[in-house]
Amino acid sequence: MKYRNIREISMSLIPIAAFLLALFIGTIMIAFLGVNPLIAYQALLKGAFGSTNAIADTVVKATPLLFVGLGICIAFRAGVLNIGGEGQLVAGALSATIVCLNFPDLPGWILIIFALFVGLLCGAMWAGIAGFLKAYFKVNEILSTIMLNYIAAYGMNYLLRGPIMDPLQIELGSFIPQTTRLTHLVDLPRLIPTRLHFGTIVAVVFAILVYIFLWRTTIGFRIRMIGQNIQASRASGINVQKYMILAFVLSGALVGLGGAIEVLGVHHRLFTDGSVSGFTGSAGFNGIVAALFGQLHPIGTIPASLLLGALLTGANKMQRVVQIPSALIGALNGLIVLFVVGSEYLRRSQTRRMERTADPKYNSKNKNKKESQ
Amino acid sequence: MEAIIIGIAKSAIRLATPYLYASIGETIGQLSGVLNLGVDGVMLMGAFSAFYTVLKTGNLWLGLLVAIVVGAIFGLLIAFINVTLKAEQGISGIGVYIFGLGLSSLLFSTMVGTVQAVSGFSPLSIPLLSNIPIVGEIFFHQNILVYGAFALIPLAWFILNKTPLGLSIRAVGQHPEAADSLGVNIVRIRYFTVVLGGMLSGIAGASLSIALLNVFQQNLTNGMGFIAVALVYFGAWRPTTVLTGALLFSTVNAIQIWVQVHGINIPSDFTLMLPYIVTIVVLAAMAKRRIHPPAALNKPFERGE
Amino acid sequence: MMKMKKIIVILTLISIFVLSFGFGASAEPFRVAFIMPSAINDFAWSQSMYEALLTIQKEMGKENFEFVYSENMFVVSDAAAAIRDYASEGYDLVIAHGSQYGASLTDIAPDFPDTSFAWGSTANVFTDLGITNIFAYEPLSEQGGYVNGVLAAKLSESNIYGVIGPIETGDAKRYTEGFKAGIKSVKPDAKINVTWIGSYSDVALASEAAQAHIDAGADVLTGTSQMTVGAIGVAKQRGALWFGYDVDQSALAPQNVVASVDVIWAITLRPMIEMIKKGERGGKIFTLNLANGGLKIVVNDEALVGKTIEDIVKGNIEVKIEE
Repeated sequence: MKYRNIREISMSLIPIAAFLLALFIGTIMIAFLGVNPLIAYQALLKGAFGSTNAIADTVVKATPLLFVGLGICIAFRAGVLNIGGEGQLVAGALSATIVCLNFPDLPGWILIIFALFVGLLCGAMWAGIAGFLKAYFKVNEILSTIMLNYIAAYGMNYLLRGPIMDPLQIELGSFIPQTTRLTHLVDLPRLIPTRLHFGTIVAVVFAILVYIFLWRTTIGFRIRMIGQNIQASRASGINVQKYMILAFVLSGALVGLGGAIEVLGVHHRLFTDGSVSGFTGSAGFNGIVAALFGQLHPIGTIPASLLLGALLTGANKMQRVVQIPSALIGALNGLIVLFVVGSEYLRRSQTRRMERTADPKYNSKNKNKKESQ
Repeated sequence: MEAIIIGIAKSAIRLATPYLYASIGETIGQLSGVLNLGVDGVMLMGAFSAFYTVLKTGNLWLGLLVAIVVGAIFGLLIAFINVTLKAEQGISGIGVYIFGLGLSSLLFSTMVGTVQAVSGFSPLSIPLLSNIPIVGEIFFHQNILVYGAFALIPLAWFILNKTPLGLSIRAVGQHPEAADSLGVNIVRIRYFTVVLGGMLSGIAGASLSIALLNVFQQNLTNGMGFIAVALVYFGAWRPTTVLTGALLFSTVNAIQIWVQVHGINIPSDFTLMLPYIVTIVVLAAMAKRRIHPPAALNKPFERGE
Repeated sequence: MMKMKKIIVILTLISIFVLSFGFGASAEPFRVAFIMPSAINDFAWSQSMYEALLTIQKEMGKENFEFVYSENMFVVSDAAAAIRDYASEGYDLVIAHGSQYGASLTDIAPDFPDTSFAWGSTANVFTDLGITNIFAYEPLSEQGGYVNGVLAAKLSESNIYGVIGPIETGDAKRYTEGFKAGIKSVKPDAKINVTWIGSYSDVALASEAAQAHIDAGADVLTGTSQMTVGAIGVAKQRGALWFGYDVDQSALAPQNVVASVDVIWAITLRPMIEMIKKGERGGKIFTLNLANGGLKIVVNDEALVGKTIEDIVKGNIEVKIEE
């Protein structure tokens, strides 16, 4: 018994060990640039958790990661990889912004819910395009979502430099590609006097909803089954294609909602710098990392997003304090992802060893089902 | 009219070159069952290594060689993580991308500092063939890395379809258990294809920094590697169709630039969207039957224990 | 009693003298934090401000002027966190070098009344929001474009010109309008083709756009943002002339880059620093134009091949742009 507990604990320590190993390599890189690594990492921790503002920044950064991560949870459980997050964030953000710009007379709360709902819907539709193309035209979703990411970016540029550009910009003659600040009525309430906003609560609520959906509804069960064993699912009469597309669309819905919340809670307007990543912060990709660190479990994605948010926020602080090139931060982020992802193997082999020690009569040759992951 | 066609076609061929190298590399890797989304990061490392070597030594072939070696090293890293450590391939790829982007930018900032130009591979006319009217100017007056990219297509086709190696690669990706029981070393084949893919991505990057653009800047590739991965799906894992996809995308891009240059009154944002829309539309129109990816794609291989 | 008083007075005077001497010797350096959307070596927007800060540091001396920076802050919420953080660390001036940062400043500046903030390109210091500690700087890029255009028109033989721009907004749009006006003022029948490549960093597409322009007959090219390094390379390869913006771009193609509009941010930084030292923390809009030296046309004689700028432009160029 005691042995098993130790095993369990050591299993969850593996990703942490991998994380620390990556940081260690980062230490070498930092020292190479002539900076004291201890001061650097101290700054990283301070930037992530060292003050109320820092924690608020971490949580604000984690919120879109959580939305995207939840979307990935659903999609990946059905066996589809949704890398269209960037485009779906934009679709959600853009539609929510347009709603707020065009209905300024509605009461605040109604407008917020309306805008968020439209954002959710548009994210779902943007993903739905990829789903539709896959169902009826056999277009691979990795191709279509990558293409759709770019199309969304250009569409956003077009709108922001023309139809929805802030009239003030045109008047001033500076033509900055952004909308006017949305009415204060649609600001999501702040939780404490920092940047922390209500959208985080919404994200956590949805995490619970996604959990209920995946584990307590028939549809969710079928989605998970498709991801685990596609042959058995087909054999039991499930329309695999339909459910994969549904998973994709639901995924887009969550991401779209995340984009809308970023506008209403953080930026209060929409802007572009050409690419979408000035607005999204690459949450469409980082969210995938968060989902996988969270073991594709909606509840697990919460701490995973938080940790990833902490890492990203802390790393920026580290850059400021020791003045290392931002590129080193990027390289370090990449290393961390690689190390933690690579360490999953050790974790999984530990799981298998644990299961075998638990049941000595267990015949591993009978295992032809893909492991739950 | 003739000049316009020549201009657009030459532009399309130049634009297609890095996509061809990277897509073929990814195709071979995916055929053996390994997904690598980090192509862009490897391209950037290849681009920087080639650039730096040429900047310091002036030797173009050495620069190309260094890019190949750096690409191979990254390929080894990717193979180790995806094949040996059996990591989740979708995100290890993203990790490679972020790492490659960061490292190439960091090395550029610390080792070079300011933007500088190099003298890269210049256009090389192929004797006789380059004298053919129109076609000669378009196809046979390009630089050597462009020729290499196009020569790669039949070479890849031949290796994949007409050699035992190619058969092994495809078997490993389609029926790994069967291949394994026949004595094919799955791990070795996958390492081979992924390292080869890394080398080709390195060449793709070099084609930008020491042939087509002759400069390096942070994030030089600007996401090209992801388009290259997308084109693998367009190409249904066949080199000839990958070529079609790369040329289609690049030609539409060249056309939309031409449309803008000649003042045709469509907002630039919409013309810029065209290559992406057309790629999707053409793929949708092309699909007659279900195209199956390699059955073992993105699934690490484990023998029943 | 009187003697005591005298001694106290003298001692007090001596102390005051000593203390003020001590104060004078240990002056605090002026500290600047610089946040930018691209890299310090982007050969465009961010690099020009970085160079200006180095100039100021050289003028004032490292013990009197310190600056730190954060590059590649294209994610606006990260930049906002950085601006807030630098402000709370007590920097005297935080430069948010990008038009996307303005909205964040309206949130942050009121929380730090003792810190100065500066941003651009813009003419908005948010006085309507009651904010008094934000400076704005606005290069009149259309002026620089105009002069480049006049020079281009005088040097072009084909009378066809190519512009390779990122997105049709902001400085890029203004520069392009100025360039077109400048050309038309010399040669009203000029053909000016404009392409927008949709990104600030797609070097490959910029290179192909330049090729297409030259195929269409252009022998003079121009453009803005960091991706122009691709276009400059093509100009070099095919013998076209290039006019640059933001920094002196002649190093990349010494025989092809005729002139660049160098944006001399130092002419705004100097008065800004003086104002801050005197306690005025914001509210002023600094314009950079040709007249006040904020925009400087850096001519590269090597590209003029024997001629001088006086041969080409007789007299002054008066910038006249229709609204």
